[in-house]
Amino acid sequence: MATTNQPTSSNRPEGAELESEARRAAMQGVPPFNAEPAKRSRLAQSFREAAITAAIVAGLTLFFFAFRTNIATGGLDLAFRPDLWLIWIAIAFVARFLLSYFVFATESPITGFFKRTKSERSSLPIGKILGIVLLLVALTLPFLLDVFLPRQNRYLLDLAILILTYVMLGWGLNIVVGLAGLLDLGYVAFYAVGAYSFALLSINFDLGFWVCLPMAGLFAALWGIMLGFPVLRLRGDYLAIVTLAFGEIIRVVLLNWYDFTGGPNGLLGIPKPTLFGLEFSRGENGFAEYFGLEYNPIQRFIFLYYIILALALLTNFVTMRMRKLPVGRAWEALREDEIACRALGINTVNVKLTAFATGAMFGGFAGSFFATRQGFISPESFTFIESAIILAIVVLGGLGSQLGVVIASVVMIGGIELLRNLTVLDAVFGAGFDPTQYRMLIFGLAMVAIMVWKPRGLISTRVPSVYYKKKKAIGADLVSQGEGH
Amino acid sequence: MEYFLQQLINGITLGSIYGLIAIGYTMVYGIIGMINFAHGEVFMIGAFIALTAFLALAALGVTFLPLVLLIILAVAMLFTAVWGWTIERVAYRPLRGSFRLAPLITAIGMSIFLQNFVQVTQGARVKPLPPQIQGGITLMDGPGGIVVQLSYMQLIIIALTIALMIGFSLIISKTSLGRQQRACEQDRKMASLLGVNVDRTISLTFVMGAGLAAVAGTMYLLYYGVIDFYIGFIAGVKAFTAAVLGGIGSLPGAMLGGLAIGLIETFWSGYFSVEYKDVAAFSILAIVLIFMPSGLLGRPEVEKV
Repeated sequence: MATTNQPTSSNRPEGAELESEARRAAMQGVPPFNAEPAKRSRLAQSFREAAITAAIVAGLTLFFFAFRTNIATGGLDLAFRPDLWLIWIAIAFVARFLLSYFVFATESPITGFFKRTKSERSSLPIGKILGIVLLLVALTLPFLLDVFLPRQNRYLLDLAILILTYVMLGWGLNIVVGLAGLLDLGYVAFYAVGAYSFALLSINFDLGFWVCLPMAGLFAALWGIMLGFPVLRLRGDYLAIVTLAFGEIIRVVLLNWYDFTGGPNGLLGIPKPTLFGLEFSRGENGFAEYFGLEYNPIQRFIFLYYIILALALLTNFVTMRMRKLPVGRAWEALREDEIACRALGINTVNVKLTAFATGAMFGGFAGSFFATRQGFISPESFTFIESAIILAIVVLGGLGSQLGVVIASVVMIGGIELLRNLTVLDAVFGAGFDPTQYRMLIFGLAMVAIMVWKPRGLISTRVPSVYYKKKKAIGADLVSQGEGH
Repeated sequence: MEYFLQQLINGITLGSIYGLIAIGYTMVYGIIGMINFAHGEVFMIGAFIALTAFLALAALGVTFLPLVLLIILAVAMLFTAVWGWTIERVAYRPLRGSFRLAPLITAIGMSIFLQNFVQVTQGARVKPLPPQIQGGITLMDGPGGIVVQLSYMQLIIIALTIALMIGFSLIISKTSLGRQQRACEQDRKMASLLGVNVDRTISLTFVMGAGLAAVAGTMYLLYYGVIDFYIGFIAGVKAFTAAVLGGIGSLPGAMLGGLAIGLIETFWSGYFSVEYKDVAAFSILAIVLIFMPSGLLGRPEVEKV
């Protein structure tokens, strides 16, 4: 045979290598790409971007700022107010131009200052110190307020009670979402169950707050198990939508079951909590008289404050201890990887049910506190928006972080309340300006802004509950939390 | 029998509206796997734009009804699409690749913002619009004086929904954009390696979803005649329920789920009680999910280890 079957050079290893080296050599030097496109000048580019933004804003707001439909006699009336529209377009143009010119299009943006990354994690346990400071402040708050701000004492105490209620709800939901990784959009249902069980028990059977409180918690936990049992085999978003549906179902039932729940009128005359049988009222057998103090309505607020503080701290304490128990470890393992959990022989349904029931129980406690504080409840207070606010607090704070929940509650709830009192805004927007109207609008925007700024929440690092040799924080980028799968 | 038929027609009409909204949910979920919670609000914005456009046309003196309907549909679709695009750009795109709950929270935040934005700029009171399209086809004259009627408005809604469904199925199955969307749905990273502009495809998905929601909003406005800033929430939840019921990610599934939810709701209010119609719809959702976790037409999810 002649050499017809001789392999070509590239079919032999050494030949192929020679060829690839030749190819590589041919590509050395200037690559055959086009030159970089000429950059537009910074001014022109910023101007162009600003114009595009202004055009988009014009399109978005044309039907909302420029026109307004008013209800007039015999139908609707259309008001035309182009000035408002043009002002907003101008604001958008200027804002985007400044942003583009000074931040996006420059090599050295003026916001570079904020982008400095910490070279080294400080060894001081900031979280721990902050936690202790916050706890001390919380414990002494009524006295601090009395000393420093005696005039707004009552209002601020009320606000503190509200914030603490949300802290407690956030901690309760944190067990479900943050630890067990189950996305629950219907948490308010358990809050409602707790509030209604307390109210109905105390009104119909004439029981006091301290008897009803554990019962309300138990009822809520029972509901948690009842609702949880059929749905907990669902995954991620399906679970979210079914919990949302259950939340709505409970609200609709409360709204329509007139004989039992009073329907939209709600329940009135829910008793106030007592201190070992002492009521916080003027006159005989009241708290003030018994201890020989002068009667002051603030005493009841202080008492309520300490009740919710104790309840919230109880939630926190139980959660912290639970994390060290096998069931808590199982929750966290479940959040990280459900399939691995099943492979290791963890009964996922039971573990999920305990998380659901524990979270629901604390929701029930918070609900009965809410009922006793208000003295009146109606289905109005238990809409989906409450669930959304609680979930937002948990996620914005950083899933699984107890301190994050506190910070997020103070920022979101306190921030909203602050808007009410900003009289400065009157000077800017004119006398008829009512900031409360914009409360939820700003709340929604803040939710978006904080999430875009810090997608993993304010406190995104996590300290593991189990560690090998050395305890170290896990960076945000390594945390796969709340995947819910 | 007559009563049943009438309820059937009403149910199909309502189901068509839910189905149109549900398509937006299902397309977005299919591509980026998130619940676009603000979609119900997009529907509400569509209804408001349609109302304002209608009044503006009346003020300009355009009264020829078919022309008016065409113009307000086009205007509502266009401007609502801008809203859909902006919502995606502002609230979801920065969080692409972040963990799963993050875009859900921005979506809830967007939803709260949009509701209050409309409330502040357009007022909190209910806006009534007198019925514009009257009359209908009488299908059956029952013995007890019960008339089965298919009104022209219902006819328009059903016909428009069928036309849009066919159009969208064609877009998804035949055009290059549809191919890109399906590619992104299967594997976003691979699609981008193969030269698909993923960001653009996702934006266009939001634009399409918003356009359909605008149609649904316009139809809702013309059919019911009253809108307020709060209609988006409950319609959105129901439409999402419909999308899940039909099997999320599947277009025919969304339509089927919408019809199912519309029919359940209508028959429940027709035969049992109006107050508990939402309870009925949600209970059916829970039951279907427990026994068929991937919905009616969805593919069962494969667990990857």
